[in-house]
Amino acid sequence: MATATGTRLFGAPEKRREDPRFITGRGQYVDDVKLPGMTHAAFVRSPHAHARLKRVDAAPARAVPGVVAVYTALDLKVGALPCGWMLPNIKVPPRPALASGKVRYVGEPVAVVVGETAYAAKDGAEAVRVEYEALPGVSDPRKAHDKGAPQLFDDIPQNQCFYWTIGDKTATEAAFKSAAKVVAQPLRNQRLIPNAIEPRACVASYAPGTGDLTLWVTSQNPHVHRLLMAAFILGIPETKMRVIAPDVGGGFGSKIFVYNEEVVAAWASKALARPVKWTAERRESFLNDAHGRDHVTEVEMAFDRGGKITGLRVKTHANLGAYLSTFAPLIPSYLYGPLLSGVYRIPAIFCEVWGMLTTTAPVDAYRGAGRPEATYLLERTMDRAADDLGVDPAELRRQNLILPFTSGTPYQTPVAFAYDSGNYEPALNRALELSGYAKARREQEEGRKRGRYIGIGVSTYIEACGPAPSAVAGSLGAGAGLWESGQVRVHPTGAVTVYTGSHSHGQGHETTFAQLVADQLGIPMAQVEIVHGDTAQIPFGMGTYGSRSACVGGSAILMSLDKVKAKGRKIAAHLLEANEQDLVFEGGKWSVKGSPGKAKTWGEVSLMAYLAHNLPQGMEPGLEATSFFDPPNFTFPFGAHVAVVEVDAETGQTKLLKYVAVDDVGRVINPMIVDGMVHGGIAQGVGQALWEHGVYSDDGQLLAATMMDYALPKADQLPSYETERTVTPSPVNPLGIKGAGETGTIAATPTVANAVIDALAPFGIAHIDMPLTPDKIWKAVTAARK
Amino acid sequence: MTLPVKMTINGTNYRHEVEPRMLLVHYIREVVGLTGTHVGCDTSQCGACTIILNGQAVKACNVFAVQADGAQIMTIEGLAKNGQLHPIQEGFWEKHGLQCGFCTPGMIMAVYQLLERYPKPTEAQIRHQLEGNLCRCTGYHNIVKAVQYAAEKMAGR
Repeated sequence: MATATGTRLFGAPEKRREDPRFITGRGQYVDDVKLPGMTHAAFVRSPHAHARLKRVDAAPARAVPGVVAVYTALDLKVGALPCGWMLPNIKVPPRPALASGKVRYVGEPVAVVVGETAYAAKDGAEAVRVEYEALPGVSDPRKAHDKGAPQLFDDIPQNQCFYWTIGDKTATEAAFKSAAKVVAQPLRNQRLIPNAIEPRACVASYAPGTGDLTLWVTSQNPHVHRLLMAAFILGIPETKMRVIAPDVGGGFGSKIFVYNEEVVAAWASKALARPVKWTAERRESFLNDAHGRDHVTEVEMAFDRGGKITGLRVKTHANLGAYLSTFAPLIPSYLYGPLLSGVYRIPAIFCEVWGMLTTTAPVDAYRGAGRPEATYLLERTMDRAADDLGVDPAELRRQNLILPFTSGTPYQTPVAFAYDSGNYEPALNRALELSGYAKARREQEEGRKRGRYIGIGVSTYIEACGPAPSAVAGSLGAGAGLWESGQVRVHPTGAVTVYTGSHSHGQGHETTFAQLVADQLGIPMAQVEIVHGDTAQIPFGMGTYGSRSACVGGSAILMSLDKVKAKGRKIAAHLLEANEQDLVFEGGKWSVKGSPGKAKTWGEVSLMAYLAHNLPQGMEPGLEATSFFDPPNFTFPFGAHVAVVEVDAETGQTKLLKYVAVDDVGRVINPMIVDGMVHGGIAQGVGQALWEHGVYSDDGQLLAATMMDYALPKADQLPSYETERTVTPSPVNPLGIKGAGETGTIAATPTVANAVIDALAPFGIAHIDMPLTPDKIWKAVTAARK
Repeated sequence: MTLPVKMTINGTNYRHEVEPRMLLVHYIREVVGLTGTHVGCDTSQCGACTIILNGQAVKACNVFAVQADGAQIMTIEGLAKNGQLHPIQEGFWEKHGLQCGFCTPGMIMAVYQLLERYPKPTEAQIRHQLEGNLCRCTGYHNIVKAVQYAAEKMAGR
């Protein structure tokens, strides 16, 4: 394997090349696509959490001016939306693109109205008459498990979609039997709603002349969209479908999945032989974008006399919603249980998960996806334990850390994962130092004497990124390989176009990948073009999620660069009449060792590859390569975060005074971009700790269905953050990158929750479930004072 | 039923017949064809549709096109002059004040008014003035820095 050279561009905070179009209003998002003859779709959605569909009367809608067509499940000839991850003995309920027979969550699409304009389509949607027979709903995953709970599907008893375990039950029970101390904490990881600022959208355009279907869609993985839609839903050859994910305004997981609306739009475009556009209103995003988290969990942690963890037992009811979204079963299983060791030596772990169907919107990957849930329960419990054991929470963490392993020998946890490389204490030490931890503790003590409630929260974390070794993923139930593709096409001038299977929806790949290429080839970034997001241009690719683009996608590009460089070297040696081994490639040219005047530039070699006037005997003309990188293991970024908060005991308001993040994401291509991702992740993590909650009523009405009811973090609620990094290269990819997309989200939630609960310690408050809103804090403080 | 509207957007005069219920943001995007102004929430929370209407930063998803009859409007497309980025745009680029770019046009237009009100803003003023514009990518950290950059640049001119 090649290794990247550590020269100028790799590691430089280059300004982003994509920014000029965004800051001048010239980005091209899906909703900006306008085609001749384009129609607009509006969906009729269920107002009931659970109901029998008695009758859909489309006639009044058809009479509305500007309405082109109305379709229901009876008209639509498409397959069910597939689930791409199976677990042993899982029961997969069929998920229709338009509801049929029953509706099972508020917002489930029941019919579609296609209009000449978006306004006409919405008028039509209001005119569709739907008769429902309401049934009782259930939104809580544990209540859904009760005998007598409302049944979503006749053949899925007690709504249990799967039961899954990981770890050694016997060893864990033994650990608890011999424990000196057991700390137990029931907790909820509340439902979140992703809320990328760009709502989901699609434009489907079927060309009757050729039978080609083009779909512009807000997707993090256009080939996954194409494969699932063509092969499983629409039943058309993949070659007849082109998926374009142009500029996409954030995803955070929610744009990985195949949704009802793009399926219906694609089918309707064919039925009408006209383009069909649909753009979500924000309320539709709340109702039908896949949600995140929603676990009800019981944790027990066993300790020996010296404060060493000896066992961990976890029981989780994971809410999957009414149907299985594309990768739903993966999130509360293999992206959750295997993370439960954290950065700690835990000899015995046993985790049980009940995957539950409820009358709520489907739940799937949201930034972090399973890993935040694991980290939260672990780190919240560590704080509970520190309190019970009477030790400093940072110290308890330190004494349980896994010792450094950086030489390439992985650390085997008791829950399947073998960590790639890790050196956990320096990050913890640095975070404590940067935050002025000792001083903050003194201020906390002083403050408490005067009724000022300062809280300090510490959290470590680990995450599994860069999915995945395909064979491992396959053995665990994946319906896909999880490698990445990278194609490098060198032009006669030496300029390079890179076609990547990764997709950028804010990550800045057009900059970072260009840095990587320019760095490797010694050419200016201006000569490098990065192409992504169009299945007609790029080789089959798996897309962007799980912090995989740099470490998996970047490595695929590097492999192709190595191939074109190897061929270029042969051409250069031939032209210079020198031995290949005697050539040095530096600064964009090959020169002969010892006689630097004898050289051929990258451009000269590229030109000759295409002129083909003078190539080594038997060599094919041209200079391009395609590679597929399948990593041998996940990568495991880690770090430690510290937050200092002040809680107003009279109002319950929390003010975040300081936030420090020390992350180890391995090697970094562009530190400015990585810092930016960490900042955004922290904000989302703080959002979960303090404000965000996708609240459903017990019977399944979504009570937080607009931005007025769902509290997204705002500029005036957050501080500026201090970020630093330690660097432990990953041995599982040639770039040494671990991945940086989700670190902040994973760490910030327990960090801030711990800080708030720490502030409330004088009141004897040991735990409050998130979000830690003023209302909940005030009630807890008031109750404690009585 | 339609009503006539006329307005000046980025220095160009427009005249159209529109439905009275048509939102200004849809008029700008669909009728005039300036797609830099985005729709993020429909309920005036996110600020992605912020424009300058008669000198005020306004959320264009909560104004009818007919209410803007006769108005002077500036959208994100009108901010750079003669190919020269406005210092606010420069600040967002220099300080990495954007990631996915979707909230950016509205954010920049809100900053335009912010810097008219507070040419030398404190961090607290910046954060308070931008609480009506949501960004899900940046955590606001670098947006604050972008505003500070622009303020310094504009003071120096």
